[in-house]
Amino acid sequence: MATDGSANDILQTATQLRAQIGGEQYHDKLMEAIYTDAAQIADQSVSREGQRARLGFDQLLDQALTHRIFGFIVMGLMLLGVFWLTIAGANVPSAMLADFLLGAVYNFLHQVATALSFPLWLSGLLIDGIYLATAWVISVMLPPMAIFFPLFTLLEDFGYLPRVAFNLDRLFHKAGAHGKQSLSMMMGFGCNAAGVIATRIIDSPRERLIAIITNNFSICNGRWPTLILMGTIFIGATAPPALASFFAAASVVTIAVIGIFVTLLVSAFLSRSWLKGEASVYSLELPPYRPPRILQTLYTSIIDRTLIVLWRAVTMAAPAGAVIWLSSNIYIGDASIAGHLVNLLNPVGMLLGLNGVILVAYIVAIPANEIVIPTILMLTLTLGRNIAGAQAGVMMELDEGQVYTVLTQVGGWTLLTAVNLMLFSLLHNPCSTTILTIWKETKNVRWTVVATILPIVLGVGVTFTTATIARLLGWV
Amino acid sequence: MTTQTETLPTTACATCPAFNSAQLRKLGINTEDWDYVVALAGNPNTGKSTVFNALTGLRQHVGNWPGKTVARAEGGFRYDDANYKLVDLPGTYSLLSTSVDEEIARDFILFGQPDVTIVVVDATRLERNLNLCLQILEITDRVVVALNLMDEANRHGLKVDERHLMRQLGVPVVPMVARRGEGIPELLNAVRQVVRGEFAVRPHRIQYRDSQIENAVHNLAAQLDARFPGLPNARWVALRLLEGDESIERALTEGTLGDLQRGEAIKSQNERMTMGVVGYGD
Repeated sequence: MATDGSANDILQTATQLRAQIGGEQYHDKLMEAIYTDAAQIADQSVSREGQRARLGFDQLLDQALTHRIFGFIVMGLMLLGVFWLTIAGANVPSAMLADFLLGAVYNFLHQVATALSFPLWLSGLLIDGIYLATAWVISVMLPPMAIFFPLFTLLEDFGYLPRVAFNLDRLFHKAGAHGKQSLSMMMGFGCNAAGVIATRIIDSPRERLIAIITNNFSICNGRWPTLILMGTIFIGATAPPALASFFAAASVVTIAVIGIFVTLLVSAFLSRSWLKGEASVYSLELPPYRPPRILQTLYTSIIDRTLIVLWRAVTMAAPAGAVIWLSSNIYIGDASIAGHLVNLLNPVGMLLGLNGVILVAYIVAIPANEIVIPTILMLTLTLGRNIAGAQAGVMMELDEGQVYTVLTQVGGWTLLTAVNLMLFSLLHNPCSTTILTIWKETKNVRWTVVATILPIVLGVGVTFTTATIARLLGWV
Repeated sequence: MTTQTETLPTTACATCPAFNSAQLRKLGINTEDWDYVVALAGNPNTGKSTVFNALTGLRQHVGNWPGKTVARAEGGFRYDDANYKLVDLPGTYSLLSTSVDEEIARDFILFGQPDVTIVVVDATRLERNLNLCLQILEITDRVVVALNLMDEANRHGLKVDERHLMRQLGVPVVPMVARRGEGIPELLNAVRQVVRGEFAVRPHRIQYRDSQIENAVHNLAAQLDARFPGLPNARWVALRLLEGDESIERALTEGTLGDLQRGEAIKSQNERMTMGVVGYGD
């Protein structure tokens, strides 16, 4: 045997020895040895006494929550309940925040600016641009997030999420994807970038790519507020007042469920085309149910999650507010920069049942989806100023009713616009952070491009279809 | 959130040297000037992040589902006049497969050469958890086993003999209920003992019960020892080479493995791994 010990000699020896000990079986023998030792030690160290009362309760609960049919019903009700509480509970604090930030504080700031005799452009940029965008983000996002996150975290803490994954596993398997994709999908409901990283638990590269590409179809933090607002002021408004919150919640859940279906469809498509292969077998551990620590959950989900998400939105909204204000107040020829852009995209937007403002908002919001709604509101107001005959600053005190008025009267929105905005919110490119994360995780430009473009193609296709159908049937 | 007071000794413990000599100071994300590196490993959903939070005072998101931590999280704490850097690794069932999270955990334990690896073990599923624990003991003998979720084990009528476990594994075993901060002082004490070499570790060695394998491992390990004297885990490296593990073969030819014997891998590895650390709050 070579013993001079250079690296290559060692490798060579290893190869020789591997042949002697019989390649394939070796791994199994190793595993067997580990399992035997572990079993022996565990057996000697653990003794069982008394009844397994709690275990029985856990099993009973599992039978219900992971039941073939009942499990899905519980899942639906659970989602509906969470969103109903979020929407119904956020109504009042949202209005109060809007009154305060967009009314009192906004007016006060303008008074200060006047008192200090700020030039118009400066007070416009600072107050109507930066401050307003930030204040809108806070009043639109803070109340629903402060209710949604703790509820979701409580479910997570209790141990419900792995049961959801268990229920969905069968569907993912049928789609030719890895069952663990349901876990990364759940993670995506918080943040898609985090969801993409969570796919590291999937060891087959093929299935991991499928999970990465489809993660964007989980509605993330930045998109929930858009859905909740649209659901509340457009869908909820079509129902009798007593059922308004329920209808609103149901519309949000519907979009989330459509997202899950799209995830499965796209996974099935990928696993039968570019990423052909069989679904691998794996075991999913159902952790024990643990009594959630309510106070601790409230604390961590409000301080950590809500405020972190809000802060990200605010840091994105402030510069975006400046850009929007500047671009809608700097004129080239007969229209502002934003006006030109909106006019340019308007025909395409109309074709999709949306409008130019929405498409511009989605371009502005590439860094963060959180600022879609503030951008839409600001652009609609500033560009529609002349039409509505309103002056900047007059209509800033927007509660939800007024948002509805602005969008329908000034922006010319219909129910179709709202529904298609909800669909487009689900089906459009990932935010820039997620795109960057996809590239970091795949190190592959092609798949990063696919993951970026595919959702837009779907979004354009779907909204075009719904718009065309709605128009053919004469609904709009 | 575990508060500071819960981790401090009660007055009843004041006479015990293990308790009164030391105090825990949580340093949050401040991991500068560390004296020792401690890794947190274990199966998914055993409470690694809970232990991490209890020691560092950070609030790494804790969720009741497997696979939540897929990147490393780092934090610091000060205990008994020494600064510790704590690294929370992704939860894995084994170190032998090819998923990215397992590779991150394994590479850190191997190349990061932590001064201590705390293996968080679920007392209610001891056998399956020991599979990973035994694999880690093959890589490093500087291990402390945190026997977590003792309350759930009791509720299920399971009694775990931690003294027997300690004798079998040859490393300190600390029963804990991390969620309530129980066992944290004992854990810190055990970590200190291992760091200072005060606990004579005699790690369990897996018996392969196959003379051919044992011979092959023995031969290859001897050759590795000759080439890299002082390599802390020649036997384990030999096992991996026999299986044709590509990342270990690469480490061998590229010289990363050679760095291990001189303890130089830490720096280069840390530089390489920082690229993989992602700081998402949830």
